[in-house]
Amino acid sequence: MSRVFVAGIGAVSPAGWNVAAFREALAKNEPLPEQSLPRPGWEKPLPVRTVPNPATRPEFLAHPRLRRASPITHYAASAVLEAIAAIRANPAAKNLRLGLVACLQSGCVQYTCRFYDETLKNPATASPLVFPETVYAAPTSHVAALLENVVLAYSLVGDPSSFLQGVALGAEWLTENRVDACLVVGAEETNWIISDAARHLDGSAVISAGAGALCLCRDQSLAAGIELKTITDAHTVTAQTDRVSAAKAMRQQLESNGANEILADGSGISSRTDSAERAAWNDWAHARISPKRIFGEGMMAAAAWQCVAACDAIAVGRATAANVSLVGFNQQAIGAQFVRA
Amino acid sequence: MLFPLTKSSSPLPRVVVTGAGVITALGQGWKANAEGFRLGKRAFRPVSFFDASRNRVKVAAEVDLAEPALAALRATKLTSRQINRLDRGAKMLVLAAQEAWQQAGWQSNGNGSENIPLVLGTTAGGMLLGEVYYKQAIREPKKMRQQATRSVLYQPQVQARMVYDALGCTGPITVVSNACASGANAVGHAWDLIRSGQAERVLAGGYDALCEMVFSGFDSLQALSPTVCRPFDARRDGLALGEGAAVMTLETLDSARKRGAEILAEVTGYGTSIDQHHLTQPHPQGSTTLAVMKQACANAGITPQDIDYINAHGTGTVLNDSSEAFAISELAGAHAAELPVSSTKASVGHLLGAAGAVEAVVCVMTLRGQWLPPQEIFETPDPACKFPIITRPRDSRLNTVLSNSFGFGGVNASLVFRRWT
Repeated sequence: MSRVFVAGIGAVSPAGWNVAAFREALAKNEPLPEQSLPRPGWEKPLPVRTVPNPATRPEFLAHPRLRRASPITHYAASAVLEAIAAIRANPAAKNLRLGLVACLQSGCVQYTCRFYDETLKNPATASPLVFPETVYAAPTSHVAALLENVVLAYSLVGDPSSFLQGVALGAEWLTENRVDACLVVGAEETNWIISDAARHLDGSAVISAGAGALCLCRDQSLAAGIELKTITDAHTVTAQTDRVSAAKAMRQQLESNGANEILADGSGISSRTDSAERAAWNDWAHARISPKRIFGEGMMAAAAWQCVAACDAIAVGRATAANVSLVGFNQQAIGAQFVRA
Repeated sequence: MLFPLTKSSSPLPRVVVTGAGVITALGQGWKANAEGFRLGKRAFRPVSFFDASRNRVKVAAEVDLAEPALAALRATKLTSRQINRLDRGAKMLVLAAQEAWQQAGWQSNGNGSENIPLVLGTTAGGMLLGEVYYKQAIREPKKMRQQATRSVLYQPQVQARMVYDALGCTGPITVVSNACASGANAVGHAWDLIRSGQAERVLAGGYDALCEMVFSGFDSLQALSPTVCRPFDARRDGLALGEGAAVMTLETLDSARKRGAEILAEVTGYGTSIDQHHLTQPHPQGSTTLAVMKQACANAGITPQDIDYINAHGTGTVLNDSSEAFAISELAGAHAAELPVSSTKASVGHLLGAAGAVEAVVCVMTLRGQWLPPQEIFETPDPACKFPIITRPRDSRLNTVLSNSFGFGGVNASLVFRRWT
């Protein structure tokens, strides 16, 4: 059996453009301030948590491929570059064959709305520069170009639980020696229509934006002291299996690792959305991190934040094992366990 | 468990196709499509279900989803309420899956617990519902009716779940969105799942419906042909859009034999990588395309000289076809002069996320029927083509065929299929 390690983590969140800001906000354990997003035709704006402008313009934004790219690409690129920074600084890790798995739920919604709006007004004048940036695969393509030595890349779409399918795919590529390291990134951007749609399903939802990334590797000497131990089966939600049953089945596949373990869950502020996960973990007696309570409903980014928070807890010595629980909205429940290497 | 994987010490399983469902503008089902592709029929007509009057191009290969397609949907396990909620893309997806399932002779165990992974490729998912949502939100911002339903059914994973509901089974859903390579990547990923021992049987395919936004997007890029889509023709001036879906049932050879199933073809190779040249333009010399075709051949244990036909990506755009022609010519070398190539996009248009899956099914059809699918309208070959383009219907002895699919963003994928005798 091949072992898979975590070589680095990266995060962009409403707290800022790196893991340090993310960690600090989690430690404070207070929900970040909300911003108001105007919704066309409504007097009352929608509450969201956006990513603040970076204190200084990141150097990578000068890359020609990122000039017109939408915010989701910027977030994904930043998180990926942070996650791979340690490997890139390691002279023994030159010319690695990289894999890239980008996971998205809503994807490039800003340019999609903009382009469709232009289309409705007059398709003859809709911008050809905007359209290519609307496709799900655009962020993957830009980030691959930025990294240069990506040999294998997939864009996966699904509910947030599919982030762990992305991690499993990256681990499989490593196990089969198709790549030497694999970046798995979950990213989202937001606009009024996503916030509007979310509130149809959950009136308390505060949509947020950002990205989280893990850099996986096979070589333990490149690892950041973290090992991927387990990813459970994907427990699909069906007419026969509701979210509660799927979440419980996922929980049952995660072994206990003793007292010094932590749970990074997907609980937010919605009793409706969170109920299945709460039921599955109601007997959890150890420490718990709930990034959505601080940062909001970041969808695929939030799933990635849970993994980043779990790995970071191990990296800083807060735990020796960390469970991640992803109970998706309408697809499946999947869990994972990371341990100290 | 998705990780760690339990590795088997036994040889990698062989992967065979036992069912294939397809729906395009040529018609619904294997028979209608095999007849159409074999003759090189063209299925384009004026766009009817959205207003294309202000677009530069006004034709596409639309699928007819009236009867008997509706009757076929009613024959699934979906309720009438579920059927009424499906958009065009989801309807085509379910129809293709149902046909593949029936052809394979797969059966649900009655309680819906049969675990069969589903791997799908799509670029737009439920974009048609997204468009309706957007228009209502802008034009009638206070009207909430059906918006919650649209915001759920718009999502590709929810549309994928409809396949399970229609067939009476379940399993893990993977939705690959590598732009226009998605369908081929989905089939290739399913092949990987079986070869790695993660599954014995997988449903794999792709789907995409025409919609106003995507149509206008390609129109805005001036990528749509204002005349006739003529892949690899020196005078080609763009692609034509279409819509459709294809789903295949893949399983291990052992599984198929145990069931006594009819085997349609064997999937023997898959290659994929990413061309980082440009978001929408391939490398002019097709370097990644060449590498991916070589990778697929290596996985299949064949040399390029063993390939009897290539179903090209062949969109009909100037840049794609010259790049692909360079790569195919380079791959085949001296064999190129005897290697028939065609693009079935000349018949049904570019199906985006469905293209790779539909073209995979076309490859299986050619192997079963021992014929080559022609491009009816083709005059002057691009100088980069060192290979013959099939322009007339003809029979041929085919043992190994290769299918290419490339996407916006640069993901390239190639699949190799072998005749089953």
